[in-house]
Amino acid sequence: MVAGMQPPANEPGAQVEAANIKLAVRDLSISYGRDTALGNVSLEIREHEIFGIIGPANAGKTSFLKSLNRMDMFNSDMHVKGEVLFNGLNIRKLRNIYALRSRIGVVFPLPVGLPMTIYDNVALAPRLSGMKNKADLDVIVERCLTRAALWDEVKDRLNSLGSLLSGGQQQRLTIARALSQEPELLMLDEFSIAVDPVTTMRIEDVLKELKAEMTIILVTNLVQQARRLADRTAFFLAGECVEIGETEDLFTDKVKDQRTNDYIEGRFG
Amino acid sequence: MFETSTLNARNQQVQRLVRILFLMMTLFLIVPVLIILGTLVVKGSSVISIDFLFTSPTEGMTAGGIFPALLGTVFLVAVDLVIAIPIGISAAIYLSEYAGNNWLTRVINLAIINLAGVPSIVHALFGLGAFVLFFGFGTSILAASLTLAIMTLPLVIVASKESMQAVPQAFREASWNMGATRWQTIRRVVLPNAIPGILTGLILEISRTAGETAPIMFTGAVFFTPFLPQGIFDQTMAMPLHLFVVATQVPGVPEDLPYGVALMLIALVLFMNALSIAFRAWLRGKKKW
Repeated sequence: MVAGMQPPANEPGAQVEAANIKLAVRDLSISYGRDTALGNVSLEIREHEIFGIIGPANAGKTSFLKSLNRMDMFNSDMHVKGEVLFNGLNIRKLRNIYALRSRIGVVFPLPVGLPMTIYDNVALAPRLSGMKNKADLDVIVERCLTRAALWDEVKDRLNSLGSLLSGGQQQRLTIARALSQEPELLMLDEFSIAVDPVTTMRIEDVLKELKAEMTIILVTNLVQQARRLADRTAFFLAGECVEIGETEDLFTDKVKDQRTNDYIEGRFG
Repeated sequence: MFETSTLNARNQQVQRLVRILFLMMTLFLIVPVLIILGTLVVKGSSVISIDFLFTSPTEGMTAGGIFPALLGTVFLVAVDLVIAIPIGISAAIYLSEYAGNNWLTRVINLAIINLAGVPSIVHALFGLGAFVLFFGFGTSILAASLTLAIMTLPLVIVASKESMQAVPQAFREASWNMGATRWQTIRRVVLPNAIPGILTGLILEISRTAGETAPIMFTGAVFFTPFLPQGIFDQTMAMPLHLFVVATQVPGVPEDLPYGVALMLIALVLFMNALSIAFRAWLRGKKKW
């Protein structure tokens, strides 16, 4: 961990409480121009859990993810209010935004195979952080591609162009690239949209293993995917965080809000 | 089920007519090119020989070769590129990757558009005033190349900027999301994908530079000199001015000679373009694409 990312030492109480809280969000509101995408969300994500976020389109799920690694800086129209504490540190006041982003892996619904070789795609993040040794890079590339369930398909053509892979393969390449950062937090936004069901199941198995090493936020429009993977799940609806709970509770009569039940039962959305 | 209705038939007929119309327009475009090249080759090729390329003009420009002009134009283009490439590509990177949407950016863009619109004779007079007289470079290759560089910078900037902006924003965001700085992203993601477009801009720049007459007339190119240029502060002969001279200014020039000069000017431009295209292909090969 970089020194700049340490929580302040003069708040011992806060530190004990923050010990297994990876990410705390307080009163987070996101707007685009005059349109509110997300209003007053507060939640905490624990270390080494898979935190699911479900909800229909326009619920604010993607905007929520974007605010967590300061992607609002890419879009002058996007405005974020509230606090996001990563390892107890408010990222909205963080100077070294690059250190934050290199700790967060992101996978979006549409794959982004960078127009460089498959090898270079996966080696990019380690190279950005200064790694030059070819043998070390080889190890990382093989490990990340294997975890993303892509190694067997591409091991003989690592030097061909990543953007020429099929959509599903490019998505797995994107996942491999996110893993190559060795992130503390992995954010997946509907990653399985462009991936076939068999591969999706393989990646889901990998995610369960990765939980031991990192915290995972899984935004999904497949309610059953959240049920298979997530320890806890939040239900977002029209910019509001309606309910947060243990995932299994949302699928039983412990659900608190009728709207959550309606969505999960498929009565709207 | 698949019978042709009258509407189908008419649509298909229109489609065929439109296709032929567009083809004819396109062919019309290449007719002048073919006539120019054909005329030059037919009338000019008899003049061209090794001697013609590598000797100086003799007998009051009515005989001999074109070597000083050929060498001068190569010199002018080379110095021009040394000036225009770093300035033009830096400006393009700034405008494409760093500039915000503010008044400064708008002023810069406006200036570039206006620079592109200034007639070459005005550039020539500016070059005379600024580089020849004010900076005291005299009529020299340096002054002429500076003038040419300023005139052709908009070409380099606009072509480079557009090829960088054609790189999808998603690529940049993917790189930023990994913690890359803007410059790391430019170097590893944007530039490698923009280089073909940047080189296309340079090809345009080379063609324009090699062929321009007005900007070099007052700033560095001379009617005739028996000496070859030794450095950037020398005057030089140049191909376009030499063509103008032998075609209109000197009595008693054999009819075929100007055609030969024009043919060589075009050949020189094509040769320099071929070098850039080969460089582009080499870059692609190096990346194993």
